[in-house]
Amino acid sequence: MGSARLYAAVAAGGLKRYATYRAATAAGVFTNTVFGLILVYTYLALWDERPHLGGYDQAQAVTYVWLGQALLAALAIGGGGVENELMERIRTGDIATDLYRPADLQLWWLAADVGRALFQLLGRGVIPFVFGALVFPVALPGSWVTWAAFLVSVALGMAVGFGIRYLVALLTFWLMDGTGVTHMAMLVGFFCSGMVLPLNVFPGALGEVVRMLPWSALLQKPADVLLGEADPWSTFAFQGAWAVVLLVAGRLVQSVATRRVVVQGG
Amino acid sequence: MGGVVDGLRTYRMIAAMWMRSTMAYRTSFVMTTFANFAVTALDFVAILLMFSRVDELGGWPLSEVAFLYGLSCVSFGLADLAIGSMERLGQRVRDGTLDTLLVRPAPVLAQVAADRFGLRRLGRVTQGALVLGYALLSVDIGWTPVKVALMPVILLSGAGIFCAVFVAGAAFQFVAQDASEVQNAFTYGGTTLLQYPPTVFGQELVRGVTFVLPLAFVNWVPAAYLLGRPLPLGMPRWTAFVSPLVAVACCALAGLAWRVGLRSYRSTGS
Repeated sequence: MGSARLYAAVAAGGLKRYATYRAATAAGVFTNTVFGLILVYTYLALWDERPHLGGYDQAQAVTYVWLGQALLAALAIGGGGVENELMERIRTGDIATDLYRPADLQLWWLAADVGRALFQLLGRGVIPFVFGALVFPVALPGSWVTWAAFLVSVALGMAVGFGIRYLVALLTFWLMDGTGVTHMAMLVGFFCSGMVLPLNVFPGALGEVVRMLPWSALLQKPADVLLGEADPWSTFAFQGAWAVVLLVAGRLVQSVATRRVVVQGG
Repeated sequence: MGGVVDGLRTYRMIAAMWMRSTMAYRTSFVMTTFANFAVTALDFVAILLMFSRVDELGGWPLSEVAFLYGLSCVSFGLADLAIGSMERLGQRVRDGTLDTLLVRPAPVLAQVAADRFGLRRLGRVTQGALVLGYALLSVDIGWTPVKVALMPVILLSGAGIFCAVFVAGAAFQFVAQDASEVQNAFTYGGTTLLQYPPTVFGQELVRGVTFVLPLAFVNWVPAAYLLGRPLPLGMPRWTAFVSPLVAVACCALAGLAWRVGLRSYRSTGS
């Protein structure tokens, strides 16, 4: 039970750290709202031209936009979670200190990332979403069961998102400079999560493929649960399976990577 | 006038220094330039995906949307290449390194603008230029000498307007150092907005970006004229030619804001 307390403390620390920068949070809320506004109008034009595109009606498409803006920072869809700090620690060698700690490396960073995600969901996500829901016609579920299922799906999305970003960060052990992979991860993250356009709008085989990839667990799946377009249980199974695969892969890569660490005194 | 010459000289020297330093790591330069190209191209991929399902957006076909996209992207890309690093000013204020720039015998604006000059930003310009090239081949414009001459004027005025946004944003960061992300809404948000036809957006929003923050003069207004479409908000046709004046006015106002911001600067002392 003692270790659960430790990771809870790490998560709380992560939350508090991000909560310190109030002006930055307010700026983020503003920017997310502006981008949401721009996207909503383009989606409305798109759905005006092709009603029921991808199985969504206009209100669902609008809801999808604001959901994307609400989850963008929380799930670090384009990067920008704790992995940046982890990469910096690997590059500078501070990671050696982390390895000495009587705590599991992966769980430590997962806890820190959960704390960050919780703060950004509440601090950065809620306001743009509420703004969008008040100003535009949205499709929100009436039943609390759907809301609960949505929150479970978001939590699973957080686990998948961390799994991906942890693997990306571990690559620094081999590359030393993470700039290139961070950029690539951002590119793939935006495209394959449905941040650029809902994945059910993607044409043909491309659509089939992106909907099976882990990134779809970040935005598309939680959105489909909230919009009542997907069965919650099979969605949880899909997200859970990817979370397990990625976290186990992270563990394997971690054990290979840490064997490369050579601590030079001084 | 001496100040401007001095500033340009400072800018050129610092930018050249950063270019040399970038070229020390050629592989990294190629990778980051490609990444810049690919990340910014994602916006056009989104448009292509949309047009895989529809033939028109807000009444505009793909070729004409690509025209708007190319103009917006090249204008913004040039501004970003020239002074995009200014968005990092808040960080310099926070960690106290701005003080170093203040004691140097060179204009601060030029130093901040050229700071960390990143040639990789050519990625966005290249990508926008490719789309613009495609658009020019596929749109139906009745070219006249006046219209041909207008093209470079549009791109340079657009870059000027975006430069003004960058400078004003940096000035704002003297007041709110942590809130540097607000600027993104107007820079990156602005260029994204202009990639879509004005007919897509609400009238109030179009009015706002025409009369309050005149981004519409980057491409919406002159492009509508070139394409023979009605101008946004039913403006008269001569307004297609005022983009350079708008750019000069914006830069003057931004310069003023910069002065006020710099005067109000109090070092953190660290």
